[in-house]
Amino acid sequence: MFAAENGLKGDPRLEAISAAIRVVPNFPKKGIMFQDITTLLLDHKAFKHTIDIFVDRYKDMQISVVAGVEARGFMFGPSIALAIGAKFVPLRKPGKLPGKVISESYELEYGHDRLEMHVDAVEPLERVIIIDDLVATGGTLSAAISLMESQGAEVVECACVIGLPEVKGQHKLKGKPLYVLVEPSGLDEFC
Amino acid sequence: MSGNKEEEDPRINGIKTKIRVVPDFPKKGIMFQDITTVLLDPKAFKDTIDLFVERYRDKNISVVAGIEARGFLFGPPIALAIGAKFVPLRKPKKLPGETIFEEYELEYGNDRLEMHVGAVEVGERTLIVDDLIATGGTLCAAINLLERVGAEVVECACVIELPELQGKQRLKGKPLCMLVEYR
Repeated sequence: MFAAENGLKGDPRLEAISAAIRVVPNFPKKGIMFQDITTLLLDHKAFKHTIDIFVDRYKDMQISVVAGVEARGFMFGPSIALAIGAKFVPLRKPGKLPGKVISESYELEYGHDRLEMHVDAVEPLERVIIIDDLVATGGTLSAAISLMESQGAEVVECACVIGLPEVKGQHKLKGKPLYVLVEPSGLDEFC
Repeated sequence: MSGNKEEEDPRINGIKTKIRVVPDFPKKGIMFQDITTVLLDPKAFKDTIDLFVERYRDKNISVVAGIEARGFLFGPPIALAIGAKFVPLRKPKKLPGETIFEEYELEYGNDRLEMHVGAVEVGERTLIVDDLIATGGTLCAAINLLERVGAEVVECACVIELPELQGKQRLKGKPLCMLVEYR
């Protein structure tokens, strides 16, 4: 569900966040309007608003784990974890984590990739939120949810800064709630 | 934070005990310093960030640059706390906009670090963050990138130093701040 429909309608912070995101046409390939959050990270106020909105939402939900998807999930997740007193767990591409891992594969447009997590990172019954910068098809987040559930943890919600149109109206991912701050910028020009 | 034992902040030992050493990763002979276990301890992680924030908050730093990917775990919280921008320094082809790159040596071959053009302005006081300094090759490439766009690199900050690899000597005279040494 989008933040504007869920208590933050008209919140000026959402507009500031949206305005700070840069659209890069035809990256990584023709036809894709890439949503670049690096410009959000350059805008201290807007970056802080982003973190504050997630922290306000999750701080009283007894969340003990914030999991972030490599690499852009790493730019948002740790700050949220620190503010709500939760652990941060990185979900990484294969071969990066040094300890014993579990992995889950997910589909790309062409082929597959894998997401890995350390086996000892999350305990059964821990309440988890999963963070990424953007949700498109939900494939990566679904893999992340599977990793958490395989350890007996409870995914409370998936949270993303940006949600592509495919997810609008789809409030849940594998039955888990999805919380998104803004829609992509610049798509009107593309259409 | 680097230096005398007598001056050592009591939080540092708590952080050190949370770092997990994984032998023979990514290959035989390497004692890999795993900081994911620090991130699993909210107090140790908070102490890590606090130690850097306390050091840099009054130094007029306007840019924190973090090296992919573990620099992204520490850099943004520091940037947010001190009111600075965060600039990711990334592997090739990840950044979507116009970039500049700097090459650096690996054990076998080279790699590249990229930064967006326009992310950092001339004269900006910059901190570079990574989880660990080994040979200093990556940090040196980062310093070069920032200096090429006219930024002033104030210091490099790492959680862990491997002093035997003498990375400190490769920082073009820039100071290093680290919390924990591994010998």
